[in-house]
Amino acid sequence: MKISEVFLELFQTSGFANITWRELVMLVVACVLLYMAIAKGFEPLLLTPIAFGILLANLPMANLMYDATAEGGQWWQSGLLQIIYSGERSNLFPCLIFMGIGAMTDFGPLIANPTSLLLGASAQFGVYIAFIGARATGLFTAPEAAALGIIGGADGPTSIYLSNALAPHLTGPIAVAAYSYMALIPLIQPPIMKLLTTEEERKIQMQQLRRVSKAEKIVFPIFVTVFTALLLPDVAPLIGMLMLGNLFKESGCTDRLSDTAQNAMCNIVTILLSVSVGATTNGQTFLQIRTLAIVVIGLLAFSFSTAGGLIFGKIMCKVTGGKVNPLIGSAGVSAVPMAARVAQKVGAEANRHNFLLMHAMGPNVAGVIGTAVAAAYFMRVFG
Amino acid sequence: MQEILSPMPGNVFEIKVNVGDKVEDADVVIVLEAMKMEIEVVAPCAGTVESITVKKGDVVDTNQVLGTIK
Repeated sequence: MKISEVFLELFQTSGFANITWRELVMLVVACVLLYMAIAKGFEPLLLTPIAFGILLANLPMANLMYDATAEGGQWWQSGLLQIIYSGERSNLFPCLIFMGIGAMTDFGPLIANPTSLLLGASAQFGVYIAFIGARATGLFTAPEAAALGIIGGADGPTSIYLSNALAPHLTGPIAVAAYSYMALIPLIQPPIMKLLTTEEERKIQMQQLRRVSKAEKIVFPIFVTVFTALLLPDVAPLIGMLMLGNLFKESGCTDRLSDTAQNAMCNIVTILLSVSVGATTNGQTFLQIRTLAIVVIGLLAFSFSTAGGLIFGKIMCKVTGGKVNPLIGSAGVSAVPMAARVAQKVGAEANRHNFLLMHAMGPNVAGVIGTAVAAAYFMRVFG
Repeated sequence: MQEILSPMPGNVFEIKVNVGDKVEDADVVIVLEAMKMEIEVVAPCAGTVESITVKKGDVVDTNQVLGTIK
């Protein structure tokens, strides 16, 4: 065999000769997301591994998402990303992420101000709007529309959990849309917040929350787990892990476990979950009209949820005679703590003496529970 | 004299001023870290920093005095 033939064969079996336009588009999408994460700083901890997962999964001939079990093989004969993806598909990763979130989260603001639950609930408005909108397009069945709508809750693990149950074939685009919008919260929310509130409302300084006792913080995760799991057994894994992580944090006698859950474990699972979320974006199945619809409807869901929280925040502002800053309503979408951080930032822009963070954490953590409840409702109806 | 109060529980991440520094109303004087976020604590009024009662890494609670401005 001539040396030129060797090179020709090498070229013909390489990715360069086999790459499709769809894979090229996905590689460009991955690079844009990497640019936004690294150069623009949009939630780089999430967006970098997601974007790199997209990049890896769309390299032709590499077979990183090859599923050997589909052809009767063993699981360990599958591609690397397919093996990692099993942790997402089985809901293991979303539940472990929830444990990490629980260990990081201070539920004190919610316990101190239980009316935050109303803001967290009203910020699920977009979930139901998106569900109705998705059905109206005629592109999605009711279970698919429900899985899509939950993007409005801005909760990545819950989005994956619900789509695994109701529309596993859509988990990839739904997860990418949910995580991308969570990463873009600092861009998406402020214009809506400024549009729906007045300068005077944004300037409102809220009174300090009451001090929450240690006993209350210990009883809270136990009570919520038992109550929610009895009421909505479908979300017991998610809420159970969330509250276990929180109990590690609040009990005062499991500091090592709390530290591991919120740092080492959460970081490891974030890497695995984010890479496998990105890896589900195969160019062949991703570049379809339905995926585009998921991206558009997901953005509407997210925007309507933000608006729902803000509008209820304005109602609470009126009812309390101006004691509630409506901006905290936008944190009712459950991206913890990004949404609360945005409320803090927009509030501080209007009034530098404004500290809305802890007030916004109440609706923010209530939103986590609210989105899980919305997911449980959909699972009960369509599961 | 005005006290600089911590708006929330957290750790002292950075102290931006020294005793004797002149500050304007709403200048950032201390940065706290809480729930993996950096929170800027601003001067409650214009004046001179009279005291800083915390150091980097300290755990502070809501309404704890972080310093004073005269």
